[in-house]
Amino acid sequence: MTSREARTLVIAVILFGLAALLPLSGNGYFISIGVTIAMYVVLSTSWALFSGPTHYISLATAAFYGLGTMIVATGIETVPYVVLLVISAIAGAVMAALVGLATLRLSGVYFVIFTLGLAEMIRQLVSWLQNNLGGSRGLYVLTDLTEDHIYWELLALAGFVFLIGWWIGRSRLGFAMRIIGNDETVAAHCGINTARSKILLFMVSGMVAALVGALLAPRWTYIEPNIAFSPLLSFEVVIMALLGGTKRLWGPLVGVIPFTILLELIEANYPSQTILVLGIAFLLIVYLVPQGVVGRLEQSFAKFRKGGT
Amino acid sequence: MDILITGILLGGTYALIAMGLNLQYGVARIMNLANGEMLVAGAFAAFWTYTAGQVSPILSILFVAPLAFAANWIIYRIILMPLIKRAKNQGQLEVDSILATFGMGFAFVGIMVATFGADYFSYDYLGDGILIIGNTFALSRIVAFAAAVVICGLLYLWLFWSRPGTAVRAVAVNPQAAGLVGINVRRVSALAFALGGSLTAVGGGLISTFLTLDASIGVLFTMKALIIVIMGGVGDVRGVIVAALILGLAETAVATLIDPGLTLAAAYLIFILVLLFRPQGLFGKPTS
Amino acid sequence: MKRRTALKLAAASLVAGSLAIGTAQAGDTVKIGAVAPKTGPLAGGSTVTHWPNIHLWVHEVNARGGLKLKDGRKKIELIEYDDQTNPGVHIKAAQRLATQDKVDFIVAPYGTGFNLASAPIYAKHGYPQIAVSAISDKIPELTKRYPGIFFTLGSTTSFASAVSDILTKMRADGKMGSKIAMVNVADAFGIELAETARPIFKKAGFEIVYDKSYPLGTQDLSPIMKGAKASKPDAFVAWSYPPDTFGLTKQAITQNLDVKAFYTAVATCFPAYGKVFGKSIEGNLGAGGVDPTTPAMKAYRKAHMEVTGKPADGWASANTYVSLQVLEQAIEGVGSVDRKAVTQYIKDNTFKTIMGDIDFVDQVSHRFWTVGQWQGGEFYGVASKGMPNAKPVILKKGWK
Repeated sequence: MTSREARTLVIAVILFGLAALLPLSGNGYFISIGVTIAMYVVLSTSWALFSGPTHYISLATAAFYGLGTMIVATGIETVPYVVLLVISAIAGAVMAALVGLATLRLSGVYFVIFTLGLAEMIRQLVSWLQNNLGGSRGLYVLTDLTEDHIYWELLALAGFVFLIGWWIGRSRLGFAMRIIGNDETVAAHCGINTARSKILLFMVSGMVAALVGALLAPRWTYIEPNIAFSPLLSFEVVIMALLGGTKRLWGPLVGVIPFTILLELIEANYPSQTILVLGIAFLLIVYLVPQGVVGRLEQSFAKFRKGGT
Repeated sequence: MDILITGILLGGTYALIAMGLNLQYGVARIMNLANGEMLVAGAFAAFWTYTAGQVSPILSILFVAPLAFAANWIIYRIILMPLIKRAKNQGQLEVDSILATFGMGFAFVGIMVATFGADYFSYDYLGDGILIIGNTFALSRIVAFAAAVVICGLLYLWLFWSRPGTAVRAVAVNPQAAGLVGINVRRVSALAFALGGSLTAVGGGLISTFLTLDASIGVLFTMKALIIVIMGGVGDVRGVIVAALILGLAETAVATLIDPGLTLAAAYLIFILVLLFRPQGLFGKPTS
Repeated sequence: MKRRTALKLAAASLVAGSLAIGTAQAGDTVKIGAVAPKTGPLAGGSTVTHWPNIHLWVHEVNARGGLKLKDGRKKIELIEYDDQTNPGVHIKAAQRLATQDKVDFIVAPYGTGFNLASAPIYAKHGYPQIAVSAISDKIPELTKRYPGIFFTLGSTTSFASAVSDILTKMRADGKMGSKIAMVNVADAFGIELAETARPIFKKAGFEIVYDKSYPLGTQDLSPIMKGAKASKPDAFVAWSYPPDTFGLTKQAITQNLDVKAFYTAVATCFPAYGKVFGKSIEGNLGAGGVDPTTPAMKAYRKAHMEVTGKPADGWASANTYVSLQVLEQAIEGVGSVDRKAVTQYIKDNTFKTIMGDIDFVDQVSHRFWTVGQWQGGEFYGVASKGMPNAKPVILKKGWK
């Protein structure tokens, strides 16, 4: 490990430690925001693990997330919570593998809309299954887990995601992904099994998304299938990751935090025109920050290092 | 037989909601996620003219179409042009347009809620049943279907038999090459975007005769339209029509023969299967 | 460069704005918070039923000079937020109300899901939660978990039983058969009701000849209506949401569904429903109902129209207003904004409201309308729990 990497690791550990202190403040509002930020950090970072290197924009996040939520909701009264978490993770990975295999021949916008259609199909299927097999089982999640617990769980998961991302970046898989992202034909000619690499990464992101859904199920108490699988979530994750920039592992993190705070500011200050102001803010962001926040930061750092232009 | 007719009528409805997006994405290369909101705006306009002025929603098309055309032209010029100018490649433009139109959609919903309120709006127009070959169908759906046929027909003729239409098709196939042969790609794209928005608004007016809508419901239609456009193969009018009909028929067949609870799941399944076997969509051009 | 200045401005306003979160104001008002959908899928319903009643109530109380407390009259300061029909946003907003805006009380949310998601927050801060649009069969468990939650519209079982009872009554008069065609929207609400209703209908001697669900957002309900029609039912029951309530009714008119009872759940009570369909929905049954003849209801409806510009609906509008009346009387009864005392007061006392005397047994109120019917252009209550003056139910006679 180089000294630069060691330094990054130490900083990361310190930041995590600080973040973990949040619930001790006792302020439910900040904890709620913390949970929201943690959730999106995990989702968008794991999303970027796949979509960053491959440039494939997946809108399937909601499908995995909803799957995790529904597994917990259906099993919570009979199976221990921890077991349900494991099941969700496995289910997410399996589903991602299947989806990954299916989407190999697709590219560009076809892939994007395909994942959207997939998420919607799963949403409808689950609603139907819930209706015909579940009834009111699978709708109530009454636990004693509080937002504090959920926050720490998400933080732990975030740590795990960053570790995996860091490890992948150093591994042959990461090397392969970088080549694939630049030119897939070249990668294939180099002997890289592009299909397997893509599927593996997709499985990681799917598994994590399902876990997030499972972890958050207790927060809602009453699970409505149409809200659990809301496509809006997929879009939000994409936007935050793109906002932060997907070239760096910590890119999405830098996108999520200002975005969440901005959302919060708008919701708090414009109660009757929330959606309108959100839309305008969005448009402004798209215009002012084309390379993502990370890209801009790096640009300014580069200029700073050069002595400013 | 009943399934056939109902399915085709539903397919016509779907063609109406997807045709506009097809032009906007296929030609102007803008993935317009605010498409559903334009649909709802057209529906609101029809609702207003009907309830306030007792004017038939069909006639409302006469002023909704040009208004929507102008509005979309302005949107393209003011909101989208800067993105197009600065995009270094197609991929970046797509990402930018997705993000920007996403925000636009939110803004539209906000404007509509502020102007019309968040209530549901519905009216009964031509809701009587018409007996065709022993089965009853709502007259309003039949009229909407007929209008869809006329609109798609006119569009098809214009695209294939007129010079500006051919220019539009050329830009859809290859913008760079089109530019090389002297087509003003920017202008044609703006035209296509505005025309697409106008079509969507008209479609909204037509479907409002038999559907209950509210300001927030646009996103459902955007997703349906996206599915249809991609399934049909981007840019080709015939693709949209065929995809819309297939979906309409499939949903109706599933609802009648299997279980109405699986209609949308079946629709998306068909979409997925089409893409698995033909990754470029039904009428799309094979990518390398 | 223009973009850089714009970025700097944006960053500056971000910082300035973040200082704006959590500025509290001085305490000569009673701060009451409310979070509910103003946009999103449930906004159509909350705009009709929920928000107008909150605004009406605040307007009326403030017009009287405010709430009468021990240390004088204090006006209500209403703090509202739009939850965009998103539970995550709702939870944040509820927390914001509790910890940043430090409101004295919060109006219970709209929708079962939102009531349950925010219940832990209300419980933690001791806010009484007088839930209206929350229908669940887990009420005993929920009231034990959350000592400050109150239910006013009953359970899923009583909701479904009421429909079964009214149909049984119609059948007992000898004018209707025993076949029911039942459909439900495939969302939590519809799923729970359909599941609960099946055994109830069976026990009451009904035969369910058509039993299907449809996805939320279905654009063509004609296959369902045709399927239901083909099963030759005597009654049609739909556990539906507003868009499908309207859609199914339209289909029934188009197909000329010949049933003696036609029930659609949510939104049948909306004034818009009556306006769109006019005479053809004579005899249509729906969730809720009112007794529009009492002086209290007449005054309420008039005030609702005058202050909010919209007519009240025929179901939960009144209940929402009643829940606020209960809150008002409890606060004034205690004489202060002590939440614990107010919560206890609600548990211990009876309240005089526009729907008569309301009190809570084990945190549940047992006075509410269950089934209503359109008769002569008005949506009357024909079945209830504990409400007087139910109008006799009539049979549906065609769609003209």
